Amino acid sequence: MAALTDDQREVLAAIQDGLPLEPEPYRIVAERVGMSEERVLALIASMLAEGKIKRIGAVPNHYALGITANGMSVWDVPDAVATEVGRKLGARDEITHCYKRPRQPGWPYNIFGMVHARSREEVVETVERIAHELGIAQYPHDVLFSTRLLKKRGTRVRSSQFTVDSSQSGASE
Amino acid sequence: MPRGETAQVEIDDTDRLLLNNLQGGFPVTHRPFAQVAEQFGLSEDEVLTRLRRLVETGALSRFGTILNAPQLGGERTLAAMRVPAERFEEVAAYVNGLDTISHNYERTHAFNMWFVISSEDEADIARTIAQIERETGLEVINLPTLEEYFVDIRFRF
Repeated sequence: MAALTDDQREVLAAIQDGLPLEPEPYRIVAERVGMSEERVLALIASMLAEGKIKRIGAVPNHYALGITANGMSVWDVPDAVATEVGRKLGARDEITHCYKRPRQPGWPYNIFGMVHARSREEVVETVERIAHELGIAQYPHDVLFSTRLLKKRGTRVRSSQFTVDSSQSGASE
Repeated sequence: MPRGETAQVEIDDTDRLLLNNLQGGFPVTHRPFAQVAEQFGLSEDEVLTRLRRLVETGALSRFGTILNAPQLGGERTLAAMRVPAERFEEVAAYVNGLDTISHNYERTHAFNMWFVISSEDEADIARTIAQIERETGLEVINLPTLEEYFVDIRFRF
């Protein structure tokens, strides 16, 4: 893991809230940060190549577009097959994030898959359909719906100092 | 997030085309919108006008970068607590007030509070958990990512 270089940080700080919606957006960014457009293009390309920027494009507000139900499906999968099941779940279009996490006292589930849909009913139907199609319906599972967003910040950089924070990661958990 | 909290935005087929196809891969070139417009058989001006409207109406949170927090340095974990209903607001206010908490959700389960702890300093994660347990008297379960299978949210509209 390489941290941002100073120049990368400078450019990222200038574009993290959005690219100018103008014909030559990167030229405008270049003027703001006092670099050449070529330099800005190269720095952004390097951050994409290094995986620091996951991608560039439209970041939809899925709630405004009707995808208002957010379900966290959780599964108690035997350790021997947990990775295989996680990969299969993660490969499904309906699952937007998928992780293996440790079990804890009172918490038996080790595989987590987020499902977004237009209604809770649709989330539940989706989870059950996936369970049957992947042949994992026999493993204990549950769906936790979010009833309230209590706090959300974005992953943001400051031009002088990095602060981890997270809504820009697109993590709509 | 409660349903109905966010105003719903109406979009047409061209908006949908842009939304469904521009969630990544935007060109890093001198005239990127012109390039995209050509691909969809639209004018550069129409693409820009539509994207501006989508941002203004809130259909898009923004048009720009999605960062990869783990690659930028820092540590994060998912944690959860079982908070008695009568203490929920008080505990939420305390947890939300901590700088290291980046997300916090109420969820439908006995474990009803789910939050992400993020910091540049790995030791902050354990410190935050210990602090919450001490201050609230409630147990926190720590559920760090052991494996990540696919993290790439692209919605279809």
